[in-house]
Amino acid sequence: MLAISAGGVIVWIVWVAAGFACLASGLAVVSFRNPFYSALALIGNLASLAVLYLLLSAEFVAAAQVLVYAGAVMVMFLFVTAYVGPRQEPPWASGPSWQTLAAVLAAGAIFVEIVVVIGLKAGGRLETSPSVGSVFGSPGWIGRLFLTDHLLSFEITSIVLLVAAVGGVILGSHTRRSTAARADAAGEAG
Amino acid sequence: MLGPGVAWYLGIAAFLFATGAFGVLVRRNPLIVLLSLEIMLNGGNLALIAFSRHAANGAGQIFALGVMAVAAAEVCVGLGLVVALHRRRLALDVDELSELRG
Repeated sequence: MLAISAGGVIVWIVWVAAGFACLASGLAVVSFRNPFYSALALIGNLASLAVLYLLLSAEFVAAAQVLVYAGAVMVMFLFVTAYVGPRQEPPWASGPSWQTLAAVLAAGAIFVEIVVVIGLKAGGRLETSPSVGSVFGSPGWIGRLFLTDHLLSFEITSIVLLVAAVGGVILGSHTRRSTAARADAAGEAG
Repeated sequence: MLGPGVAWYLGIAAFLFATGAFGVLVRRNPLIVLLSLEIMLNGGNLALIAFSRHAANGAGQIFALGVMAVAAAEVCVGLGLVVALHRRRLALDVDELSELRG
């Protein structure tokens, strides 16, 4: 029927391994009791997603995923998890059981909805994709796109990050200021 | 394109999104709610990159990088909130933090 080359077989094997790791670690994140283990499982999820991005010839996005997400963001997560202390919670037992049932139904409905919509709208046309050159997804190509066609989104992203950094600093320092104000008020009253 | 078609990647993306939605709905710890949100965003990212590959168009990858930056901003604010809650000795439980409910 169709000749499957050795490269195709290797890509299938890598895809199956990465996809299975991705789904399993995603389920692990929502089902671990300890948030620390959940964060570690999310690192595995992000790494296997980076492999899938590489298979989709998005090299720069895969590298950014590993550096920014699995590196920086998850380190912050792990530090905050260690800061607030290990707090075990029963993942499913808390709350009434109808809540869990409704969450399962809602998540299943979302999944079925996405699959049905994609199947209806683009069912037959997704099997064959055009071949792309080796420049597709490379850092230089992404940089050229960012600085020509998508310059506005690039600049707005920097403002969003700046606002988030300011918000994080304000949230982190708020309590200290209010306790100082409370201490001042107590001093004046005394 | 070697290996599986784009539809297989979209199936993984849909499953990741549903898993994250389930985690956001059912977990009580705000840290795990944030982690589940990350899973949802990554499901969206995978779909964006798969369609970018399918259309041989770079806009999907640019969008995915923008989603990554927004996710970093969201984590920054969310973890700031968690730390502020911890400092005020409030319970890390999204069901008990209902003071703003009307």
